[in-house]
Amino acid sequence: MEKVVRQLEDVTIRFAGDSGDGMQITGAQFTNVSALMGNDLGTFPDFPAEIRAPAGSLAGVTSFQVHFSSREIFTPGEQCDALVVMNPAALRVHLGFLRPQGILLVNTEEFKPRNLTMAGYASNPLEDQSLSAYQVFSVNMTKLTREAVKDLKLSVKESERCKNFFALGMAYWLYQRSMEPTVQFIRDKFSKRPELAEANLRALQAGRNYCENTEQFGSSYRVPAAKLRPGRYRNITGTTATVLGMIAAGQKSGLEVFLGSYPITPASEILHQLSRYKNFGVRTVQAEDEIASVCMAIGAAYGGSLAFTTTSGPGVNLKAEAVSLAISVELPLVLCDIQRAGPSTGMPTKTEQGDLLQVLYGRHGESPIAVLAGSRPSDCFDTIYECARIAVRYMTPVVFLSDLFLAFGAEPWMFPSSADLPPIPVRFRTDPEGFQPFQRDLETLARPWAIPGTPGLEHRIGGLEKEHLTGNVSYDPKNHEMMCRLRAEKIEKIAQEIPPTRIDGPESGDLLVVGWGSTYGAIRTATEKKREEGKSVSHVHLRHLNPLPPDLGSILYRFEHVLVPEINLGQLLKVLRARYLVPAVGLNKVQGQPFETTEIEAKIDSILRGEP
Amino acid sequence: MNQAAAPEIASRPLTKKDFESDQDVRWCPGCGDYAILSQVQKVLPELGIPREKLVFISGIGCSSRFPYYMNTYGFHTIHGRAPAIASGLRASRPDLSVWVITGDGDALSIGGNHFIHLLRRNLDVRILLFNNRIYGLTKGQYSPTSELGKVTASTPMGSIDYPFNPISLALGAEATFVARTLDRDLAHLHETLRRAAAHRGTAFVEIYQNCNIFNDGAFEVFTEKETKLAHVARLEHGKPILYGPKNEKGIRLKGFQLESIDLSKAEARMEDLLVYDAHCPDATLAMIVSRMTGENNLPLPIGVFRSVSRPCYDDSLNEQVRKAKEMMGPGDLDELFNSGDTWVVQPSS
Ligand SMILES: Cc1ncc(C[n+]2csc(CCOP(=O)(O)OP(=O)(O)O)c2C)c(N)n1
Ligand code: SF4
Ligand SMILES: [Mg+2]
Repeated sequence: MEKVVRQLEDVTIRFAGDSGDGMQITGAQFTNVSALMGNDLGTFPDFPAEIRAPAGSLAGVTSFQVHFSSREIFTPGEQCDALVVMNPAALRVHLGFLRPQGILLVNTEEFKPRNLTMAGYASNPLEDQSLSAYQVFSVNMTKLTREAVKDLKLSVKESERCKNFFALGMAYWLYQRSMEPTVQFIRDKFSKRPELAEANLRALQAGRNYCENTEQFGSSYRVPAAKLRPGRYRNITGTTATVLGMIAAGQKSGLEVFLGSYPITPASEILHQLSRYKNFGVRTVQAEDEIASVCMAIGAAYGGSLAFTTTSGPGVNLKAEAVSLAISVELPLVLCDIQRAGPSTGMPTKTEQGDLLQVLYGRHGESPIAVLAGSRPSDCFDTIYECARIAVRYMTPVVFLSDLFLAFGAEPWMFPSSADLPPIPVRFRTDPEGFQPFQRDLETLARPWAIPGTPGLEHRIGGLEKEHLTGNVSYDPKNHEMMCRLRAEKIEKIAQEIPPTRIDGPESGDLLVVGWGSTYGAIRTATEKKREEGKSVSHVHLRHLNPLPPDLGSILYRFEHVLVPEINLGQLLKVLRARYLVPAVGLNKVQGQPFETTEIEAKIDSILRGEP
Repeated sequence: MNQAAAPEIASRPLTKKDFESDQDVRWCPGCGDYAILSQVQKVLPELGIPREKLVFISGIGCSSRFPYYMNTYGFHTIHGRAPAIASGLRASRPDLSVWVITGDGDALSIGGNHFIHLLRRNLDVRILLFNNRIYGLTKGQYSPTSELGKVTASTPMGSIDYPFNPISLALGAEATFVARTLDRDLAHLHETLRRAAAHRGTAFVEIYQNCNIFNDGAFEVFTEKETKLAHVARLEHGKPILYGPKNEKGIRLKGFQLESIDLSKAEARMEDLLVYDAHCPDATLAMIVSRMTGENNLPLPIGVFRSVSRPCYDDSLNEQVRKAKEMMGPGDLDELFNSGDTWVVQPSS
């Protein structure tokens, strides 16, 4: 039979299986190959909360989604065009994400009574017509893999382990992916076990051949390269971008990087990754708790390091008192909050934007702080770099907001050269002549960074109110008010360096959608679509959440309606309404999941139709 | 920056005066904190450390006002957290001499976690715990070292909260240097501070300190002329533990129990006495000795309970940084960006 190859612009595929099935590697390989073939990409892994859930259980399902395209894209995709499932539990958990008529590749081996029961199926869905809305391809991948490697004298377990590459081979045929990068990957990965390398290579090839040679598959698809900006790219997760941004800020400022941290999902991975870069002079400490980790960072900042502390929502609460100390003694520090669904332990492996008000206001006393948020995985690099620059320039703690969706999501990144990064000049005070610990720079209101070890600058700082200039303890009422105002004014001054706000779409019109953080991709995609439909819809995405961009008010006033979609119950919305007195409305979702583009589109449509 | 600098030679010998700041000392008249401040200011010139390399970090409490009165670098931080702030500073600045000043509430109540973890990690930091068995600054509530039954502002019917023994706690937390001294025994205080300063690793010194406002006389029997000799035993490494007005009493180990014997009695023999070993790698002996509290016919031990050597977290961390640079070469940012799988998008013609 002559097989046809159809061209598609944009595809989302999801690999789902048991924790032991190798779905993360499979997804990463598919991503890598697609990147090398020139597609634009967005990816997102989904892990079970349990570390070792029973095999075949719903709790043990893990998945990896790849959105690849021949145009520029901004999300890891929502509804899938293709779903690969390795067992009944994976089918049960993920079928809802497959679009009608979508491709469903099923490993039939695991569809046995015991596994079906574990997944909550009363009858076998492969046999009861319940999947008739999809293009189902039932293949016993495990058995075919065993056969492909049978003369290699591997144990049954080792043989069957290769089945993820069989599945990958099928996906490669289906979407006309090049095999070469994965072949190389397998050779490298198993260089010490050539028989395993051979087995996995055979499984990969067998999967592809199976599709090529059997009647079951009639057509495959091609997704041509995207027109991306010329340059050198790598694929990057929000976490890695954050880590590289920290190291880059250290190198460009000439300061040694210090990280104090306490493990918590989804921030731990930053600690893990940064710990590998000690050759950049990076010091990481896993402290006894979040309070200790921020305090260690403050101690390091006091000593002249570029100090970071990383955590998620619950840890931010614990750090709050110490952050106020850093605000009071005016030491630079970057607090990274990789948000997850709360309150309390909430849904620790799911995303949310629930901490904005906490980081803006969740401290005692008048304690203003700068807050910036990354908007897409690669943007975490620029944003944390900017956080570090502001921290040392203004001698203040700065909050970097990210979330689980950004941290684990990935996309191609045209990485900069270090020479192109903005400078981070740092000058420690060394001159004892006229030194006063709280004398301020006129432009930034920053106090001097006078670190221990400097002869002649011996002085005391502390959390008690300080007298203007001298820093001596002061209970003078007027002085306290002045210091509160000065600390607030210093944070407001940061606005002088915020570039003009970028507006996607018309400068004024019917509707402005304002977002922050990881909703960028969904809002961008939805608003572009509406403009293509001829509607007057613009998009502003805020990196700076405190202080807000100086031009934001005037932009808001130029639009008839303002919509603020957030993965919380309306936090930025409150801030904007209070600050600018605009009748903005929210689109709010707290399901541990990012927005789907269609949800935002629907809200836009209803606003433009004049519905309340 | 951040490199261990060779010790600088001060141009002239420093004196106590050099360590006095221009701030008025604000403790209550008669407070034991004065004596401790004065001894620290006297010891420092003997250490040969340049003034700019000294950093005093405190928590919150009367005792924690201490850094304001020292003409060195000083950081009055937040309640209980000084050990953590000191750890971050010391881990990143191995050239500095870092001292933590804390109280019994600060170190053992709100800061208990950081206290034990600093001891365990053994960063090269000194901790001076001013133990007055009371919350001074907040006006006289009981503390984690207050005795059972103590009547205070918050315990009108007497405390029902069993106290810590700070020396036992420190030993249990794997401390490498543990000592006790008294605000009223200036010579002993001086000597103990000197020994703590000489230790490489976390040096913990519990200082009994009289709060004459809220807990006056808490340590009277150990400090007053009439009673102290009968109740205080000075630990000396390699020597038997003796006490009494004429050193006529000694301590004998019987099983896991300590007992006091009177050497003036005919049947008592010097050879039966416990010879103290502060350098024993195992902390068991120190732990047993730390259980003596000056009650039940046993004396209160003062001096160095334990002084052993163990790698410091800060040294090990800096060694890893050095090794990483040696193995991988100093990091190159562009190489770092350009690592892993990369690809090039060509300009379309
Ligand atoms: C977070 C916090 N909780 C409570 C306090 C109030 N507070 C200040 S000092 C102190 C107790 C101090 O006792 P101690 O450490 O024994 O010091 P002392 O005053 O006896 O020297 C308390 C409860 C505080 N400053 N911060
Ligand atoms: S209250 Fe007690 S501890 Fe505090 S300064 Fe007065 S005497 Fe000293
Ligand atoms: Mg006290």
